[in-house]
Amino acid sequence: MAAGEGLSTLVVEIEGKHGLAAAFGHAGFAYDDQELMPGVRARTLTPDAALLEYLDEHGLTRISKRLTRTGTIDVVATAAPGIKDILLLGKVKQLELRKAADLIILDAPAAGHAVTFLLSARSLLDTVTVGPIRQQAEDVLAMLTDPSRCRVLLVTLPEETPVNEVVETAFTLEDKVGIDLGPVVVNGLYPAVDGLDVDPEKAAADADVGLRAGEADALRAAARFRLARQQLQEEQLARLAEALPLPQLHVPALFTAEVGRDEVDELADALAASVRSM
Amino acid sequence: MNGGALGRGPGLGSLAEVSSQSSIVVCCGPGGVGKTTVSAALAVQGAAEGRRAIVVTVDPARRLANALGLDALPDTPHQIAGDWPGELWALMLNPKSTFDSLVVKYAPRPEQAETILSNRFYRNIAGALSGTQEYMAMETLYELYVESGYDLIVVDTPPTRNALDFVDAPRRLTRFLDNRIFRLLMLPTRVGLKAVNAAAQTFLRTVSRTVGGQVVTDAIAFFQAFEGMEDGFRDRAQRVLDLLTDPATAFVLVASPRRDAVVEAGFFTDKLAEADIPVQGLVMNRMQPRFATGWASEADRERARTLSGTALGALWANLADLHALADAEEREVAGLVKRVAPGPVARVPLFGSDVHDLDGLAAVGAWLGGAGATGGAEGPSSAP
Repeated sequence: MAAGEGLSTLVVEIEGKHGLAAAFGHAGFAYDDQELMPGVRARTLTPDAALLEYLDEHGLTRISKRLTRTGTIDVVATAAPGIKDILLLGKVKQLELRKAADLIILDAPAAGHAVTFLLSARSLLDTVTVGPIRQQAEDVLAMLTDPSRCRVLLVTLPEETPVNEVVETAFTLEDKVGIDLGPVVVNGLYPAVDGLDVDPEKAAADADVGLRAGEADALRAAARFRLARQQLQEEQLARLAEALPLPQLHVPALFTAEVGRDEVDELADALAASVRSM
Repeated sequence: MNGGALGRGPGLGSLAEVSSQSSIVVCCGPGGVGKTTVSAALAVQGAAEGRRAIVVTVDPARRLANALGLDALPDTPHQIAGDWPGELWALMLNPKSTFDSLVVKYAPRPEQAETILSNRFYRNIAGALSGTQEYMAMETLYELYVESGYDLIVVDTPPTRNALDFVDAPRRLTRFLDNRIFRLLMLPTRVGLKAVNAAAQTFLRTVSRTVGGQVVTDAIAFFQAFEGMEDGFRDRAQRVLDLLTDPATAFVLVASPRRDAVVEAGFFTDKLAEADIPVQGLVMNRMQPRFATGWASEADRERARTLSGTALGALWANLADLHALADAEEREVAGLVKRVAPGPVARVPLFGSDVHDLDGLAAVGAWLGGAGATGGAEGPSSAP
């Protein structure tokens, strides 16, 4: 969608998951970025690779090998929780400062992990009192808390647990990290369909057509199912609006399980339309 | 090695049968696919078969936690009353207290345990060392299996960044506790071989300069306090691993029909295979239900088009949409189904409402047993 507005965009993936890459027809992303479509590039980041690069750039190649080989990196990461997260965020910050793209989109971890992840900079400032890691944490925190540089886009589903999680995450991020929240995206909405509460037999009589055996039952069951899901989602949207005073962007469910390039475009259009109507 | 597959013949009829013939069922799969619900449903089913069943879960949704009584008693197994011949228990996983009790168990002296438990570095381990949560889930499983007399233990594995964490975790933790650099550093206090450690000292000084000295001091204090306990931990980890590859343990993969979940689940299958752990069954959760069989969704779409503008047309369009989604999902999961074969596949439909009580779990259980499948599309609409 950003590419549609003429912005160069870099998508950053950090968990080595394959779903995001699959949506763009790739098996997986690499540490070096690659073009997905005109204006959109993507790359993956891992803490180990980010650390090695950091040490290499600071003339510490020898120690970096030793850190990973001896397992000391795990010991350090345990002694100072959040250090791996700060390496990732530090790399993102570096990309931002080097103007790697007009817009960098980070696909952050899911609800529970997201808070720890974004809180890592603040937590590290408590444990690490000196040195380059502290400097890194300070720089990352400066980026996270500057709304002109960075904002969080929360994404949820119109279901009970995801709504609870996103509300909790939103308040924690604002209170503890001090990060600016953009609108909340509600994904996977069944497009509202009117006229599903009519009886199929009556509708058939009105249209002057016949129904074969079983068809009325199937139509009725499908309509009832859709209405139940719609009602469930209305309730959840209302609950979300009440609990979270943020604008909502609505993205429809696609009636397909396969999210590929066409579907990504369709979702981008829907999102753009939702933004325009705000 | 591949004991799981030898223990019983391939191609069991249903997923419920896999569960019936196992003492331990490990539900694994990507996050957000309903693993907790499926795990709880399997335990409910065990109780219905007259077994003493327990579900060990990580982070249940609030209302499900309520239904399982987990909000009140997080740390100890809690029995849930219900209309079944067996028993149903639930336990919320607590990695921190599980680790604490292991330390107490293997510390030669109570003071040593005390020193470890109050060490700052130790207090970070449960939260920060990748794989610890997973290992503690397996540890809890072992404890329940050996000491508590349950005849069905269902484990809902933590949502994990690394698919293999829970299999790899015991090894990883013992490797961590055996850390050579820190062992070397401790040598002088024991045998006075200072020269051996010059390199390690220099190395750690560099680490100190990078992250601060406190971090290194805490770590050294921890490894010193932990001295002498590694063997106990290593033996224990080996026994936990043995249990995971025992024929009485069945790994069940849970996924939902979205592409990202299917891709992740495939990755899980590969990783388990690498560890010689066969997947005994697959649960495809939250599948779009069908409301009729025997006619194609293109025909529905055609009827919707010709009747467009009428109430009946809207009804046909809805049916066509939902069936097109069901078709697409079936194509999406076909590869996964093939890979798990001859293990059974249970397709649990997306219900008209969320599953958050024992009746809902029983409805899921019916689909796991294959009973729902014969009921065609009626399952979801008859659910609560």
